[in-house]
Amino acid sequence: MATDTQLDLWEVFIQSKSGLPYIHSGSVHASDVKMAMQNARDIYTRRGEGTSIWVVPAKHISASNPDDNDMLFDPSNDKIYRHPTFYVMPEGAKNI
Amino acid sequence: MHNEHSDTHFQSRIDNGEHIEAKDYMPEGYRKHLIRQMSQHAHSEVIGMQPEGNWITRAPSLRAKQILLAKIQDEGGHGLYLYSAVETLGVSRAELIEQLQTGKAKYSSIFNYPALNWADIGAIGWLVDGAAIVNQVSLQRTSYGPYSRAMVRICKEESFHQRQGYEIMTTMMRGTKDQQAMAQDAMNRWWWPALMMFGPHDSDSPRSGDAVKWKIKRETNDELRQKFIDKTIPQAELIGLTIPDKNFKLDEKTGHYTLSPINWEEFHRVVAGHGPCNKQRLDHHIKYHQEGAWVREAAEAYKVKTAKKELVTA
Repeated sequence: MATDTQLDLWEVFIQSKSGLPYIHSGSVHASDVKMAMQNARDIYTRRGEGTSIWVVPAKHISASNPDDNDMLFDPSNDKIYRHPTFYVMPEGAKNI
Repeated sequence: MHNEHSDTHFQSRIDNGEHIEAKDYMPEGYRKHLIRQMSQHAHSEVIGMQPEGNWITRAPSLRAKQILLAKIQDEGGHGLYLYSAVETLGVSRAELIEQLQTGKAKYSSIFNYPALNWADIGAIGWLVDGAAIVNQVSLQRTSYGPYSRAMVRICKEESFHQRQGYEIMTTMMRGTKDQQAMAQDAMNRWWWPALMMFGPHDSDSPRSGDAVKWKIKRETNDELRQKFIDKTIPQAELIGLTIPDKNFKLDEKTGHYTLSPINWEEFHRVVAGHGPCNKQRLDHHIKYHQEGAWVREAAEAYKVKTAKKELVTA
């Protein structure tokens, strides 16, 4: 007797316009890459939302832990010299 | 694999303004051109860390040291964005590094010049990063998706680099006579090499044709160089720096500056390996790559160990 599962979970990334980054849109269930692609197309691009699709098995995605956010992302806030606005340009300087 | 039909279809996609993604069909020549150009770009970011790294311990203030460290860290990051983007074309990091270290792949010739004093750090940020930005802004619209996206990210980060350089030059030009002379000396030494960064004139640039047809390059060497000249000369004049060219003038009709001819002999000599620092730059890269081998070996050993552990728990 075949096992009745809901198949595997895949994450779907859609590129909304040629050249732009692929952005996470959601997930689908599928038994293989072909079905994942078909399901992604049917579920996430019914209104011309995309020009290209990536599907990735969800088990292959590793995510950072929100509890680590302070440690991971704080250092960029206290180094304001990484931002161009930190520098005072002489009056009249253009295109810089 | 050559496929007449696919190549025609590919070109029509390009002509249509579409971008190409890693898994799409592309002619072998397109792939090769991208690997060459993008890896040269990646190598330039990494080798470019050397002339500036030379000044971390001698930066004139803690503020200047922090900024310089942040800038050099960015350059390393830019190298990584680009290496990863080249790898989407089916070439490995190890191959790319080998091509650099054996001289098969080039990096921007500008980094074969030495950073002799603190004013050079100003000139590098303002002129070298300034020239790179003109090129990179244009490459944001390149036809290869991963390259284009890397460029968008890089451009966002580069503008701080140029402004910190111009700030150094401005500060020195407002300083003592000696400081002004140092800034002018750095300007004199970096001006022409910065103009050469855009490569040979269009008439002498053998690969430009394909690159423009495939929209890898969106503007030609000469067009980009002119943009840089036109925006940089007023910046120099504003802070009292002299352009090291007796013949430069503004053409009132076109609104563009014209210059003396560029010394291409010098350019070709440096590209061929005879610049002031070519050997030093590559030797340094090879030395630290070899000395870092144990880190890569340890990471591989760790990979084997964790794979075994997963096998046991699975």
